[in-house]
Amino acid sequence: MSLFVMQGVSKRYGGVRALEGADLAIEAGRIHAVLGENGAGKSTLIKIMAGVVRPDAGRLLLDGRPVAFAAPAAAHAAGIACVFQELSLIPDLPVADNIAISNPPRRFGLIDRHAQRRLAEAALARAGAEDIHPLALVRDLSLSRRQMVEIAKALARQPRILILDEATSALTAADVTKIYAVLKRLRSDGLALVYISHRMHEIVALADECTVFRNGRSVASYPAGTKSDSEVVELMIGREYSAVFPALPVRPSETEAPRLELRRLSWTDRLDDVSLRLHAGEVIGLGGLDGQGQRELLLALFGVLRGTTGEVLIDGRPVAIAGPAAAKRSAIGMALIPEDRKTEGLMLAMSVRDNLSFAALGRLATAGVVDGAAEGAAVARIMKLLAIRSDGTAQAASSLSGGNQQKLVIGKWLMMAPRILLLNDPTRGIDVGTKQEIYALLRRLAEAGTAILFYSTDYDELVGCCDRVLVMYDGRVRRELAGAEITEHALVSSALNIGDDGRHAAATAGL
Amino acid sequence: MNSDWPYRLREHRGTLLALLAFVAMFAIYVANHPVGLNANVATTAANKGVLLAIVAMAQTLVVLTSGIDLSVGMVMVLANCLASAIVVGSPAATALGTLAVLGTGLLCGAINGAIVIYGRLQPIVTTIATGAVFYGAALALRRVPGGDVNASLAEALTGQLPGISVPASLLLLVVLVLVVWLPFRHSATGRAAYAVGSSELAAYMSGVPIRRAKFVAYLLSGLLASIAGLFLTCVTYSGEASAANGNTYTLYSIAAVVLGGVSLFGGSGSAIGAIFGALMFRTIGDLLFVFNLDPLWQPLFQGVVLAAAVCLGAVRLLRVRNRLDLYG
Repeated sequence: MSLFVMQGVSKRYGGVRALEGADLAIEAGRIHAVLGENGAGKSTLIKIMAGVVRPDAGRLLLDGRPVAFAAPAAAHAAGIACVFQELSLIPDLPVADNIAISNPPRRFGLIDRHAQRRLAEAALARAGAEDIHPLALVRDLSLSRRQMVEIAKALARQPRILILDEATSALTAADVTKIYAVLKRLRSDGLALVYISHRMHEIVALADECTVFRNGRSVASYPAGTKSDSEVVELMIGREYSAVFPALPVRPSETEAPRLELRRLSWTDRLDDVSLRLHAGEVIGLGGLDGQGQRELLLALFGVLRGTTGEVLIDGRPVAIAGPAAAKRSAIGMALIPEDRKTEGLMLAMSVRDNLSFAALGRLATAGVVDGAAEGAAVARIMKLLAIRSDGTAQAASSLSGGNQQKLVIGKWLMMAPRILLLNDPTRGIDVGTKQEIYALLRRLAEAGTAILFYSTDYDELVGCCDRVLVMYDGRVRRELAGAEITEHALVSSALNIGDDGRHAAATAGL
Repeated sequence: MNSDWPYRLREHRGTLLALLAFVAMFAIYVANHPVGLNANVATTAANKGVLLAIVAMAQTLVVLTSGIDLSVGMVMVLANCLASAIVVGSPAATALGTLAVLGTGLLCGAINGAIVIYGRLQPIVTTIATGAVFYGAALALRRVPGGDVNASLAEALTGQLPGISVPASLLLLVVLVLVVWLPFRHSATGRAAYAVGSSELAAYMSGVPIRRAKFVAYLLSGLLASIAGLFLTCVTYSGEASAANGNTYTLYSIAAVVLGGVSLFGGSGSAIGAIFGALMFRTIGDLLFVFNLDPLWQPLFQGVVLAAAVCLGAVRLLRVRNRLDLYG
């Protein structure tokens, strides 16, 4: 009998289907890998296992008996511990306090600090991180060390099932090696391990079983090693959806200086030696798995990050961009459509008109006073260009649909007629119709000479919209695809950092 | 294992800095005082300092959960008015009255906590509203200043300890630290309060009892504020529903919390730091006195010291490498 079984589990968020009839069976003493591309439902699956969200339908069986978890604490009590991708550590508390946070050892009703210290030391040792001091504040640790604390914290609960969600993504090579040994030892201790990773070589090295997720369904379960990487990629992407994309124009000439050029851009450990050339009229896509440095690259270009190294050239001239205000000045003319429209893109409580005008206020004002007539005309032009559906321009931005809000964010920057347009996953969470309007708009802008750099988590979009795609992995550009080379298969394989022929490029990537 | 010392110093840095700053200021004050530190000077200074220190402790509990309590001063005023009416008479009546005053403080804290947790309102708005309500109740009790308090209780709390010439109020402060603060700090609930203030999301993901932590923080905050009100009654031998007094103590308690190294974002700091912050804030005023400066300068100097302390706290922002983190 399996230790833990999920049967027909479904979950919707509003109208979006995150999981649909998913099945999973986990055995003690085995490492079970869960695979799938961005948005396949893996995160929702483990959130349900960890009691963070409740399923709409389906059953969970632990030791053959049905269970339901109302909160994370209930899952902890049942022996399920999860190492989350987004860290669940309290930054202002010491490591030992964090490790014991869910159930600190007590004596006379108060926390027994000596017992806690011993518990923390034991957990750190079990996670192969004895070198972390139990009294160090989590805030002062590096990301890799924090992740090791996170693993120790999960182990301190003496779980029967340990879920690792992208647990190695933030780890340094030295910590990864330790974790491999730790996980194999835990397996021989009889723990059931659920391992979610985008790194194929890790799955090959560790997993006993694999389950592939696609579009919220579990599409295949098989013993590790019985399918080639290429077959696994087919399982992950084999889907029917395809959007209508405008035809790509003739490639622009590359004789003149590129409008935007990057030479060896690096920032902390998130961006490593990124170079690119973007010409007027060109659309370059940024591909790869979520969180491989694409967001940081756009922020670095927009002057948000401090301490970047390398060169940025606009029209062949080196520039130093000190922040968004400098980036949007007419000599540079750069605009960034941010990832989260609700917090970074819009002032939700303010009117449509005010939101559209913000980025271009400087151009609409004479001697510091906004020219109402010019503003009205410019706003009307953008509303028409983008076909923003709204009851006039005085209503609050919050009352628009998600798709129209996103158009508002794009429209706000079009008001200043940008020469370089950076977009961070602009179609995430909006409907297909609006998506297609945005694709058409990008193409029209490119034809009018705007240079566009565009990060997307949707592979179809990269195939359909882009002249070239740079695939990022671990903060570097691992592969550049152009024209007919841009296929979903090529995008997924290079995102997973395996060659098209299925060999593991990761070994050469210094992991 | 390396030495624990650097880590312990790091964890308690804010509190230790507040202690050092207070000791330095107090030393300057004593060295320049015309008659030096005799028992009467110490007792007067201690009574003023302890009153603000208790209110600052109350404020700390809520600030740690990344909330703010703008009603602490009004709870103190309400307790003051109530105490001036019922903490009188025979020892038994006085004891009952005292319990009623403390119970009122707990009730005020419970109301704040319930509205913030179950009504999901922001602490700042909630406590402005409840503060006005508490003040209204105080006014209903005492339209004009007056009342009395059991003289032997007042003498015991505000005088000097028998035999040794140490202000009794300092002992009260120590007892409050031992009986209220340290048990809270070392309980699972107190740990949860820090966790909630530092990162509520991470606390939730870790299965921490978020609601209980917040509720207990507001509850104890109300209790401490009512103890401050009782103490105020013992100092003045009367009750007064003074809005100015309540607001001043509320704002000063926030200043003391900041001076004491407690982060207004929550999750970091200690009530002991806030106590030294409060004593420091009081010493600024006394320093002006011993240097024969016009007392009119007092608000200005207090403001300068507070601004300087906030600047020190902001130094870490210079190290932020992603500017979005400044606005998150």
